Amino acid sequence: MSKVTITVNGREMSGEAEGRTLLVSFLREALGLTGTHVGCDTSQCGACVVHVDGKAVKSCTMLAMEAEGAEVTTVEGMADADGSLGVIQQAFQDHHGLQCGFCTPGMVMSTAALLKDNPTPSEAEIRAYLDGNICRCTGYHNIVRAVMAASGQDVSGLGVVAAE
Amino acid sequence: MYNFDFVRPSTLAEAVIALAGDEAQPLAGGQTLLPSMKQRLNMPGTLVSLTGIADLKGVSGEAGASVTIGAATTHAQVAAEAGAFYPALADLAARIGDPAVRNRGTIGGSLANNDPSACYPAAVLASGATITTNKREIAADDFFDGMFATVLEEGEIITSVTFPIPQAAAYAKFLQPASRFALTGAFVARFEGGVRVAITGASEGGVFRWSDAESVLSNSFSGDALAGKLPAAEGMISDLHGSAAYRAHLCGVMTRRAVAAAG
Repeated sequence: MSKVTITVNGREMSGEAEGRTLLVSFLREALGLTGTHVGCDTSQCGACVVHVDGKAVKSCTMLAMEAEGAEVTTVEGMADADGSLGVIQQAFQDHHGLQCGFCTPGMVMSTAALLKDNPTPSEAEIRAYLDGNICRCTGYHNIVRAVMAASGQDVSGLGVVAAE
Repeated sequence: MYNFDFVRPSTLAEAVIALAGDEAQPLAGGQTLLPSMKQRLNMPGTLVSLTGIADLKGVSGEAGASVTIGAATTHAQVAAEAGAFYPALADLAARIGDPAVRNRGTIGGSLANNDPSACYPAAVLASGATITTNKREIAADDFFDGMFATVLEEGEIITSVTFPIPQAAAYAKFLQPASRFALTGAFVARFEGGVRVAITGASEGGVFRWSDAESVLSNSFSGDALAGKLPAAEGMISDLHGSAAYRAHLCGVMTRRAVAAAG
């Protein structure tokens, strides 16, 4: 076991890791940050997406030791300072962009990465960027609406698939 | 996965020494190696991460002449930075996997692994690129050695890849939507001396040059000139996603689409 130190959501944190410890296991089990989910564990589903040095990565396909010294942002870091939902999280709630919520941490983190590079994406750009995030509940339409809304764009032009 | 020792050297020289150890293996972006280790298809004693070596990262070039990509440069960085020199290469990189995979996966890792359906081998072979390692320079035509095999020796590390810039080029990828690899992809590059066509995802031998199409396109660079031409279905991959005949057919379709896109 070796000590790994990373800065998570602005706070320096340390824990013990083996060579084979995945970043997602380190976050969940060593640091107790269980907001990041393990979905498929095969790099397909994107539930485990976090930001490492500002880039969205699948934390089930990166070793904890590779993150030594890195700045990591998880879904726990997406809320506002007072603990209320951040803009992206609020948009997912407002537009019913989740049902069971299992994929949501990854969806929120991928959305944050997209909006950082492209503050006003088109519907096609949103769908292309979320290619690596799989949701089995929503059929994606409301997730796309939530991302549009989070970017401050009008969502009235999108097909309405609301839970009414 | 089985446990292993992990080292992350900051220089190439240290990495070479670490790789001389028993059952040591290099780790680039890990987007293929880590999943295969989880399945216990691979069990290195030591993993030598190459991502801490700054010299292996970056894109540099000379407009109209060549572009050199450091082996540990991610697909996302190639997509963002290589376009100024070689737009077709940047376009290919932008369509590998998904965004999170592109932020980790590297060109060197892709080439060393030589997955028969990977995108980069097609660009490297069609462009006639040069692969530079810690030991030598290897021409693309000599580098690939069949499915998941290359001429790289034990402990040899790819350091960079240099692409000559063609007059026109494009990559056409028929996406296998679950894996996001190419079910079949064609990279076409037109140089002053002739056209090169490389096909990925189709052959049991891995990436290959479709020489019949190259002769036709070198005479007339148009999709119409290729009408009716197909490589032999014999030796093509046949699996639940597509038969050998289907993949042979896709070679024609994707090559024509690449020619049209290259203009």
